[in-house]
Amino acid sequence: MSETSDLLRATAERLFADHLHKETHEAAEAGTWPAALWAAVEESGLAGAMTPEAAGGAGLEASDALVVLNVAGHARLPLPLAETMIAGHLLGRAGLKVAAGPLTIAPAAGGAFAARRQGAGWWIEGEAARVPWARHAAGLVLLADSPDGPVLALVNPDQVSLRPGTNLASEPRDTITIAATLDAGVVAPSPVDAAGLRRLGAAMRTAQIAGAVRFLLDLTIDYVNTRVQFGKPIGRFQAIQHMLAVMAEHSAAAEAALGLAADGLDAGRPVLVAAAKARAGEAAGQAAAIAHQAHGAIGFTREYDLHRASRRLWAWRDEFGNEAEWQRVVGRAAVAAGADDLWTFLTAA
Amino acid sequence: MSLSFAPPPPSPAAEALRAEVRDFLKREMPDLGPRDRLDPWSNWDESFSRKLAAQGWIGMTWPKQYGGHERSAFERYVVIEELLAAGAPVGAHWIADRQSGPSLIRFGTEAQRQAILPRIAAGECYFCIGMSEPDSGSDLAAARTRATAVQGGYLVNGTKVWTSGAHRANFMILFCKTDAKSDDRHAGASQFLVDMQTPGIEVRPIIDMKGGHHFNEVVFKDVLLPEEALLGKLGDGWRQVTGELAYERSGPERFLSSFALLVELVRAIGPDPSDRAAEAIGRLSAHILTLRRLSRSIAGMLEAGQDPAIEAAVVKDMGNVLEQEIPEIARLVIAAEPDLGSAEGYAAVLAQTVMSAPSFSLRGGTREILRGMIARGLGLR
Repeated sequence: MSETSDLLRATAERLFADHLHKETHEAAEAGTWPAALWAAVEESGLAGAMTPEAAGGAGLEASDALVVLNVAGHARLPLPLAETMIAGHLLGRAGLKVAAGPLTIAPAAGGAFAARRQGAGWWIEGEAARVPWARHAAGLVLLADSPDGPVLALVNPDQVSLRPGTNLASEPRDTITIAATLDAGVVAPSPVDAAGLRRLGAAMRTAQIAGAVRFLLDLTIDYVNTRVQFGKPIGRFQAIQHMLAVMAEHSAAAEAALGLAADGLDAGRPVLVAAAKARAGEAAGQAAAIAHQAHGAIGFTREYDLHRASRRLWAWRDEFGNEAEWQRVVGRAAVAAGADDLWTFLTAA
Repeated sequence: MSLSFAPPPPSPAAEALRAEVRDFLKREMPDLGPRDRLDPWSNWDESFSRKLAAQGWIGMTWPKQYGGHERSAFERYVVIEELLAAGAPVGAHWIADRQSGPSLIRFGTEAQRQAILPRIAAGECYFCIGMSEPDSGSDLAAARTRATAVQGGYLVNGTKVWTSGAHRANFMILFCKTDAKSDDRHAGASQFLVDMQTPGIEVRPIIDMKGGHHFNEVVFKDVLLPEEALLGKLGDGWRQVTGELAYERSGPERFLSSFALLVELVRAIGPDPSDRAAEAIGRLSAHILTLRRLSRSIAGMLEAGQDPAIEAAVVKDMGNVLEQEIPEIARLVIAAEPDLGSAEGYAAVLAQTVMSAPSFSLRGGTREILRGMIARGLGLR
């Protein structure tokens, strides 16, 4: 991180403070696309943070770009900013034109696409479940297997059929099906394989989780300092103090995980991304549980803001791989290094 | 209020040193079994301390005029984490190198520095810390040991307890009361540099539940300390002690105490782990990676002149939780009845860890004290 990341953090904080209000959240949760909010984000250029400069983006390293998603997680931003960033990054690296508007990537979870050359163009078919924000995407970036190896295809919304679904936070997670002919100009060899795409997603969710955990910590500190029971703010009770201390520890760990994820992407060290998502996922569950316990019943209501972070945390920790999946990746790499080189593995990883 | 952990800055010089330390360990690491590689800063080995000193790895960051080597905090960090991860017996000089030496640099007189620091850096002068008392554990301000100003110095009476290494240390840094009348619990305390050979000091062993002798009770009976024994300012003891907490609580020794067991667990699991074993190792590794990042971040903040005492408490508490989880997880992944006398490395180190683990969240600030500090740092009152 650097001056660039400080500037990005400040820019993103100001942008979300100006354009993201309670009504924006409520409308988004009811299924309305927050068009004005998206327009402001797109205007800021943040969505292209990781898009290569040659493709019209800022071409930032992950260590800088992930800061934006960290702020977005703190703001509970109801937009596919992470997905648009990944899509722009991949399209640019593949040498494809980066479409304007919100973008998404698939498969993010289950599903698969197959592509083959057909005349001057390509034929692509397949289905993917739980594609983030698919119904609102101006372009969908699909990773498909082909006889030439993995390819990336940018498809239009009207080329897919869509079955809507949501995650726990009411964010769209749709199933898409495609069987279509594509122009050669929107298909290129992919810069990542399926595991690489999953790692990118895991790194993005790690950044968002760290932000949302920090939001919960801020919110809960405020609450326990103002809520009075037995004649004093409940934050004066040692039981509450120790819960908040543990929550702050998970917040620190999640922020450190974000740093590991960024290093892992920038330095090409996949195991760091795996460790990051594993640790952040754990922090997500622990912090959400403590925030709810400290808040009591008010935290359980739709009216109060807590659920906008806790529901996202419960969704995000399972997206792009849960803790167990990523722990296995780290664990297998560690035992492959072996007992006598475990420390070398941890310091080089 | 949020805690702030600046990303650890890169340090190529420190990374270059890493290979040097690993080469040294290949040559000079004593042939210890796994159980003796556990919790390495409790293992006292003066000849090994002298070898480290010959490498310039004690007092690394101190000024050259006091026998130091003017290396960066990150270079020191690399050396100590490599030594701890290898299970090297660093206990003899540990306290002197980590906190007594830095206290002397910060608060000591020129004469004290010149007399002591070069000997510490040479690996031949060892320290213990006189803080806890029978009626003053976490509540340090309740200390009753008293130094009374008399002709020619101070007369000390009282009892310190749980003093690790007092039976072998050359010096103690003693925390005690010097002003009987003060109403402020935190005022009226001072620190002294005490030569353990001073007449009137009696060191009585306290045997721990494993049968080991690390702890002691140290009784002061009309011990006359010269005026030059005062460390820092009279009455400033509380501030001096609490100003060092970030150094004491943020280092890799706060999350690597059980590392020797993790190594043996990986060995016992072998190259083809079950999903469950892989998840266990992966989870513990992910925790070490994040803690190490936070710990190195604090090293950077200390180097930059900040005082991240709350952040250090975060690292210590989380690190202690991890150190205590490792045996609990290990024993369910690879079953073995823990046995200190076992010829089998895993069963022996498991036994050693299970019985050492309770101390991890007690020494250097209990879990409850740390969590209270963190909460206050967050703005809870």
